[in-house]
Amino acid sequence: MSFEDIKALLINKFGEDVIVGEEPGGLQPALLIAHERIVEVCLELRDNPKTYFDFLSCLSGVDYGVDEKRFGVVYHLASIPYQTQFTLKISKENNRDLGELPSFPSITSVYHAADWHEREAFEMEGIFFEGHPDLRRLLLPDDWDGYPLRKDYTTVDKYYKGIKID
Amino acid sequence: MNITNSKYEEALERYTKKIAEASTEEMVLNMGPQHPSTHGVLRLELITDGEIVKEVIPHIGYLHRCFEKHAESLTYQQTIPFTDRMDYLASMNNSHIWVMGVEKMLGIEKEIPKRIEYIRVLVCELNRIASHLIAIGTYGIDIGAFTPFLWCFRDREHIMGMLEWASGSRMLYNYIWVGGLFYDLPVGFEERCREFVEYFKPKLHELNGLLTENQIFIQRTANVGVLPMDVAINYGCSGPMLRGSGLKWDLRRIDGYSIYPELDFEVPVGKGEMGTVGDCWDRYKVRVDEIEQSLRIVEQCLDRLQKELKRTPDFDPRAKLPKKLTPKPQDYYVRGEGAKGELGFYFIHQKKKEFDKEGNIRLMDTEIPFRVKSRGPSFCNLSVLPAISKGVMIADLIAIIGSIDFVLGEVDR
Repeated sequence: MSFEDIKALLINKFGEDVIVGEEPGGLQPALLIAHERIVEVCLELRDNPKTYFDFLSCLSGVDYGVDEKRFGVVYHLASIPYQTQFTLKISKENNRDLGELPSFPSITSVYHAADWHEREAFEMEGIFFEGHPDLRRLLLPDDWDGYPLRKDYTTVDKYYKGIKID
Repeated sequence: MNITNSKYEEALERYTKKIAEASTEEMVLNMGPQHPSTHGVLRLELITDGEIVKEVIPHIGYLHRCFEKHAESLTYQQTIPFTDRMDYLASMNNSHIWVMGVEKMLGIEKEIPKRIEYIRVLVCELNRIASHLIAIGTYGIDIGAFTPFLWCFRDREHIMGMLEWASGSRMLYNYIWVGGLFYDLPVGFEERCREFVEYFKPKLHELNGLLTENQIFIQRTANVGVLPMDVAINYGCSGPMLRGSGLKWDLRRIDGYSIYPELDFEVPVGKGEMGTVGDCWDRYKVRVDEIEQSLRIVEQCLDRLQKELKRTPDFDPRAKLPKKLTPKPQDYYVRGEGAKGELGFYFIHQKKKEFDKEGNIRLMDTEIPFRVKSRGPSFCNLSVLPAISKGVMIADLIAIIGSIDFVLGEVDR
């Protein structure tokens, strides 16, 4: 199915407001989805016999820069029966306060592959995933301060547990 | 036998109660990070009931080297050595896929000379053989067979030597560059490589006799750690893991990138010859079969490189290197078949904001990506471990870990 077909399919099923925009140009066109409806969209794309996007290739959390105040998640889906690829994006505005993390629905109920990817996005970008079964830190120590892949991240301390940071 | 003695039944009841209570006592057992069969610094927390593993909780991150953070501050060319260090057993494959993505973003992927593409595939397949040899050898050691390990390392040494000859380094090559190669192949490489293929074919046959058809090995691996195909897909498994579960899914064939459509090779899948489809033995066998197919690819590459794409004195592998690596602002997810499965890089490239003398914001071209996300195959393959090791014996858990064949450098990045 082409990009336009998938877009029409989603509009048919969920109505106009599920799609908030699109990026048709470029090497890989992407569809911007209303962030609160990503789980049902993924479930539909996975289970619909016309699309069968059953493989989650990649899930990336993105911090769109200090001036933008916008955070997002990018999903790269692949269909094994049809050998096609598709990109979904969700994003929302949020302040950069470490106490108020941007929050998106978790898609672990649709793809188990999202489990560790979401944990990584949580600890690196500071994006919270609602409904994730086990949102602990994955790669960093449990007591790490801050979210290293945020664009305004700086190491505040000169020392980490008595070890000097150059 | 009919027992009606009530006193005996009471005693029997007391005894079974005692055993039942004793056996439900759970224990938390820590395995790793310095355990020889966790293949690196992986720590597993096991909740065990006697010998039975009830739950596995993996703890990773001991080898985290901030690949994504580094990539945000270095140019595309400077990041290639960092990609080598992800899956350090198959460095060529990593840099090949990274370079493919950058070339696609620059729009120069069609201009790469055929000879360079063939050399790239040749070294990648050699590296894939080396990686699978380690997987097979260390798997033997996990199960208790020591000889295959030594044999595999002996044969891998030839590949290491050849790649060192070509690139100057044994493991972390930095050989494939955006738009070309570091150097052309050294004179005599093709002949030496062909010699290796001839030497290695009977050795592979020997290895099969030693391990693949070994009854002890089969008993330890067949019907153990069965990974059904739907579970594998849902957990994002790829590479030999997914093919071991019986699905013909090889990105070299599906996407047909580089010059793979011109080459003739099969995609081996698990058939459940010794037990169930998707068990440890199938995953092991897929790797053995893939070595054979990689040897076929190597031979075909050598044929081309020695005949129509022969080296010429004026051939310069750096001729097409772009002066500036400044793609247009765009997003791109590149994927390719690494030694362990689908290796992907997601690039976001944006223009850099700069202030000029009057204090106005100007958008400048930059060689540094805005964001890079790497999707390591081992990362996703490892995440399925808790799902397939519920209720197995601890000894079988070792067999399952070995059959996944992950590299912690890629899991932690």
